[in-house]
Amino acid sequence: MREKIIIGLAAFSGALLAWNMNTIFTALPDELNQGAIYRIIYFHVPANILGMVGFGLGMLFSIGYLVTKNLRYDALAASVTEVSLVFASIGLATGSIWARIIWGVWWAWDYRLTSWLVCWLIFGGYLMLRRAVDEPNQRARFAAVVSILGSVNAYISYKSIEWWNTQHPQPVLSIRNGGGMAQGMEAPIWWNLLALACFSAILVMVRMRQESFANEIDTLRRMAHAQ
Amino acid sequence: MNALEIAGVWKYYGDFPALREVGLNITPGSTMALLGRNGAGKTTLLRIIAGLSRPSRGSIKIQGSIGILGHGIGVYDELSAIENLTLFGRLHDLPEPRKRAEEMLERVGLGRVRDGLAREFSRGMRQRLAVGRAFLHDPEVLLLDEPFTALDDRAIAVLQSMIQQMRDRGRTIIMSTHQLREALELASHVALLQRGQIVHTGERTQQMLDDTGWLYRTYGDN
Amino acid sequence: MFLRQVWTITTKDLHSELRTKEAWNASIAFSVVILLLFSFAFDPSSEQIREFSGGLLWMTYAFAGALVLNRSFAREVQNDCLDALIASPVSSAALFVGKALANFSMLFAVELVSLPVFVLFYNVPWGAAQFLPMLLVLVLGTWALTVIGTLFSALTVNLRLRELMLPTLVYPMMIPALIAAMTITTNLLAGSPVGFGIRFLVAFDIIFTLLAVVFVDTVLVG
Repeated sequence: MREKIIIGLAAFSGALLAWNMNTIFTALPDELNQGAIYRIIYFHVPANILGMVGFGLGMLFSIGYLVTKNLRYDALAASVTEVSLVFASIGLATGSIWARIIWGVWWAWDYRLTSWLVCWLIFGGYLMLRRAVDEPNQRARFAAVVSILGSVNAYISYKSIEWWNTQHPQPVLSIRNGGGMAQGMEAPIWWNLLALACFSAILVMVRMRQESFANEIDTLRRMAHAQ
Repeated sequence: MNALEIAGVWKYYGDFPALREVGLNITPGSTMALLGRNGAGKTTLLRIIAGLSRPSRGSIKIQGSIGILGHGIGVYDELSAIENLTLFGRLHDLPEPRKRAEEMLERVGLGRVRDGLAREFSRGMRQRLAVGRAFLHDPEVLLLDEPFTALDDRAIAVLQSMIQQMRDRGRTIIMSTHQLREALELASHVALLQRGQIVHTGERTQQMLDDTGWLYRTYGDN
Repeated sequence: MFLRQVWTITTKDLHSELRTKEAWNASIAFSVVILLLFSFAFDPSSEQIREFSGGLLWMTYAFAGALVLNRSFAREVQNDCLDALIASPVSSAALFVGKALANFSMLFAVELVSLPVFVLFYNVPWGAAQFLPMLLVLVLGTWALTVIGTLFSALTVNLRLRELMLPTLVYPMMIPALIAAMTITTNLLAGSPVGFGIRFLVAFDIIFTLLAVVFVDTVLVG
């Protein structure tokens, strides 16, 4: 069943991604001020949304673990956070490429960029912490606390473009008082978000299976040691 | 009314059950020897009773306060003997903690060195200080994890006399130990843990004293 | 009861720290050395120095603070004192608040000692007008460092790679508060309006204090 869902999702997100590429690279014109490079937004924005939403989901699963003490929630939190970190990295990298062209620098220390980098570091620390704890329940507890505290920083990053004057552009999406994009230019962001979301769901499912194997190995090892 | 009621306690490490459906009722005034091999779950059970770890399932009810004496001595190296005991007296909200601490130091034979730092004490003195710390607030339930290992002769004598006094006053004691003979001599009851399960619990009989291997042979699976 | 326990823990920590002065001496020496080293990295007599004076100061505090915070729970595991504390009637929250207050006092004292050094070395314009607002920023910023540092000190204390994990987790978590404190300090010293930073710092302090008090039991006991 899991296999079929994964294959189905992969086919759907692959097809959608291909169609999106076609729209983005052939159908849409260059942007008036930025030229061709603006197209990076179709990856930059969905990747960062997935990163941020993922960190939030990770926090919810972490709370789920602390409430139920069911290790499946911990596995979910770990998987979602790890995949989100990949998307946050893509978001940072695409942003950096865009900044090099438009601002002339790879990196600017404004509040949005800095706070998002801080999140990246915190959730990187989350994954490192998981490796440093051997006992699964203790690992789950510690990781959950870091995830919950880290989400406060994710929220700060989300709000940073409202709270401070940032060099980072203001919101462009119509749902966040943006709507600054021309007709037809916004829709591909959403389609790409959907495609990448399906893709990240696949990654989470694969990662979850890995977690359950790791858990099984840990249990067998403990049984062997307990004679 | 039981001093301690443990019902349906499970403890998982990941998916591995370190304790399985542990149930124990201990009547006030009894001395329970918790026996079992390494890794059978003795320390896990004691830590759960002491509140240092939470059970995955099940419940624990304790009447009154607890005292613990574990592997570490649980006193601060940078504080003097009297400061250490006064500190724990305050934390247990005892009236006149300082006076109680002084009395206790006399009882464990550290009255003369009460202002010495724990760091400067010999091994045996530190152990006696630890005994004083565990007994200071006159706990209703006393938990001892391997109490006789690593103690020197004088500390063992102090501990044994303190345990005797506790028993005379109807306090409850639970101790886990490898030293079968010492434990069985002190115990009124025994519980045998095997792979996280209690396979036998009951009064300590003369037969156990006469033949210390009997318990394992009868109730253990090898 | 809660406040009395908090006070007992705080005085205990301060007392044992004052006896050895390990963390205190290391922290003071370290902060002075850092301030000295920074003066080689930047020209301390230039006008520019005002623009990043706040940053320098808080970097120094964050690094020096790590020495104090690192010791905080390490002191408790030494003789398994943490077990004795948790088994006593002290709640995890009281334990946390008590230790946080002790860390705060130590860190604050280190800051008050190194602040004049900073003012002297970097020729910082200093007047009575700056004093009270600066004190407020010091309190708010230091509390943010303390709360996060103390919680993670508890979380990492039993880990292998503790020395690596503590800074990896603590510094990123502190950065928003550090940036706010740096900006306010720089603005204060330059005589510009302080603005949004103070409100942010207050909110940060409140949120993380609440989270830490709620989750410290999860960290310590589970």
